[in-house]
Amino acid sequence: MNIRFYILRRVVLIIPTLIGLSLLTFAIARIVPGDPVGLAAGPRATEEIKEALRREFGLDQPLPVQYIDYISGLFQGDWGQSLYTRREVLGDLRAFWPATLELTTAAVIIATLLGVPAGVISAMYRNRLPDHVARVLSLFFVSFPSFWLAMIFQTWFGRDLGMLPIGKRLPVLVAPPQATTGLFLVDSLIQLDFATFAVSLRHLFIPALVLSFGAFASITRITRASMVEALEKDFVRMERAIGIPYRVIIFKYVLRNALIATVTVVSLNFGWLMAGAILIETIFDWPGLGLYAVEASLSLDFQPIMGIAVLYGIVFSVVNILTDIVYGILDPRIRYG
Amino acid sequence: MAEQKNWAKDKNNARWDNLARGLYRFRSNRLSMLGLLMLLFTVFVAVFAPLIAPFPEDASGATNVLERLQAPSETHLFGTDKVGRDIFSRVVMGTGLALQVGTVIILLATSIGVTIGAISGYAGGWLDDLLMRITDIFLTVPALVLAIAISAALGKGIINAMIGISLVWWPGFARLTRSLVLSLREEPFVEAAYGIGAGHARIIFRHILPNAASPIIIKMTTDFGFAVLTAAALGFIGLGAQPPTPEWGAMINDGRRYFPDEWWIATFPGLAIWLMVFSWNLIGDGLRDVLDPRSRR
Repeated sequence: MNIRFYILRRVVLIIPTLIGLSLLTFAIARIVPGDPVGLAAGPRATEEIKEALRREFGLDQPLPVQYIDYISGLFQGDWGQSLYTRREVLGDLRAFWPATLELTTAAVIIATLLGVPAGVISAMYRNRLPDHVARVLSLFFVSFPSFWLAMIFQTWFGRDLGMLPIGKRLPVLVAPPQATTGLFLVDSLIQLDFATFAVSLRHLFIPALVLSFGAFASITRITRASMVEALEKDFVRMERAIGIPYRVIIFKYVLRNALIATVTVVSLNFGWLMAGAILIETIFDWPGLGLYAVEASLSLDFQPIMGIAVLYGIVFSVVNILTDIVYGILDPRIRYG
Repeated sequence: MAEQKNWAKDKNNARWDNLARGLYRFRSNRLSMLGLLMLLFTVFVAVFAPLIAPFPEDASGATNVLERLQAPSETHLFGTDKVGRDIFSRVVMGTGLALQVGTVIILLATSIGVTIGAISGYAGGWLDDLLMRITDIFLTVPALVLAIAISAALGKGIINAMIGISLVWWPGFARLTRSLVLSLREEPFVEAAYGIGAGHARIIFRHILPNAASPIIIKMTTDFGFAVLTAAALGFIGLGAQPPTPEWGAMINDGRRYFPDEWWIATFPGLAIWLMVFSWNLIGDGLRDVLDPRSRR
């Protein structure tokens, strides 16, 4: 099957998933035992004001009508409004999403750069000291509550050592680069603004590092396991027999075979870290989806929460498709069908 | 009759041998033994909490404003918080809560997930398709995001947080159980059970699931630590346990405003979470080796 057709089919298949997802989030939003409208209108609101608010947000309609309104809005770019700020959810998501994407991507890159070598070393020195050290370290770091570790690192690196900024994406006085992607690192590079690039990299480093710990253990483990499996294949013995240096065998042949499983785990981690970012963002005052999600959920403001869930669903599906494409690059034997 | 008895005994012997061998492998793994010791320590603390904590009443709303924000000392090993409560007592009293939260989440998630996975794998056909599509929808959104949404909708509180987390935690168990059942249902002993007239429920619960137990138990163990972490995260956000419950995540949130000057308020609950999660992760890592020989060679 043609790869373009395969991707197109996968993209189309996102739609039923999204419909299911919107049904799920809609169900969650409507089981609310609390009174979001009452909360939003304030303690002194009269019944008329609440009624007007309900009418304005369509909450006086029967549930099926509400759902159909919501789902047709989703496809037309109307993701509803916040009960509190009255702002368009889609606009808010557009504003906050790049910060979260940048943070998550950086964390996944760090976790992969640390985790894959750790896994390779573990497999090469199987059941010897480096293997045990890598194993303990990865379990050690993944066991910390990320939000707590974030506070500690923020203090150490930001306050005590004064090496790195303690929060936000840029200093107050630095203007963000002209938005093309919304990712400060990419945008500043496009503008060839290396000063801003350096500053935003410094701001990104600690939050991304802390976030990456959550993925380190699983990436190390899967890389180790699949390396060990690949090392026992016949082709390795053959290559050693004809005298190819061990390092070349490891990095050129074995690693490439082992990376397919790693790619799966890395892409799964992308979703988990995107959720973990919610916690990290609240510590570092990182203006992403996390702060937005926490505020919305504490005030029972359900349009933004539903919007975030749908957005995460889309991103996760897209990441899955990208993963499948990477499989094909790593292993030309894989056929799309 | 006598013959049948012997048969049953042999089967038990085989199971016992496997268990003993597994136990031996587990015991020879020093890291997992360390994890087990740490876990026993937390259980000990949880059971004897009222005796260990010097000020057990501080866990349930007592305040002592005169002694607020004191640094760690001999009377207050971990210092005191903004209303003068002894952090050490609150951390100790919160141990049992954290263990209970993890247990409830894992048991709920396992029962939902295993039931759905077993039905899905055993029945096949449209029912399998339907159940797996539902599972996929849950897997499309990161668990923490859905857990936040569900707990928020149900209302703040530790019970609702546990329900919320369990409701997003089952899909992993469903997927795992389904894959196990799919291969087990082709085994001759299932055909034999069917042949002598066993019903579907009996085949699933007495013949298939006992043979699928090991991987499910590993997953329960490795997931335990992360369930505790997730519950603490909800507490930290403000959705989980409400004051004055000595829930570790909520305590860290409490101490956040005073960090780093009064560092002890947030630091010690964080270390307590780490200790419990680390112990479960070490045990889970060892169990994986024992029950799944492929994972560590």
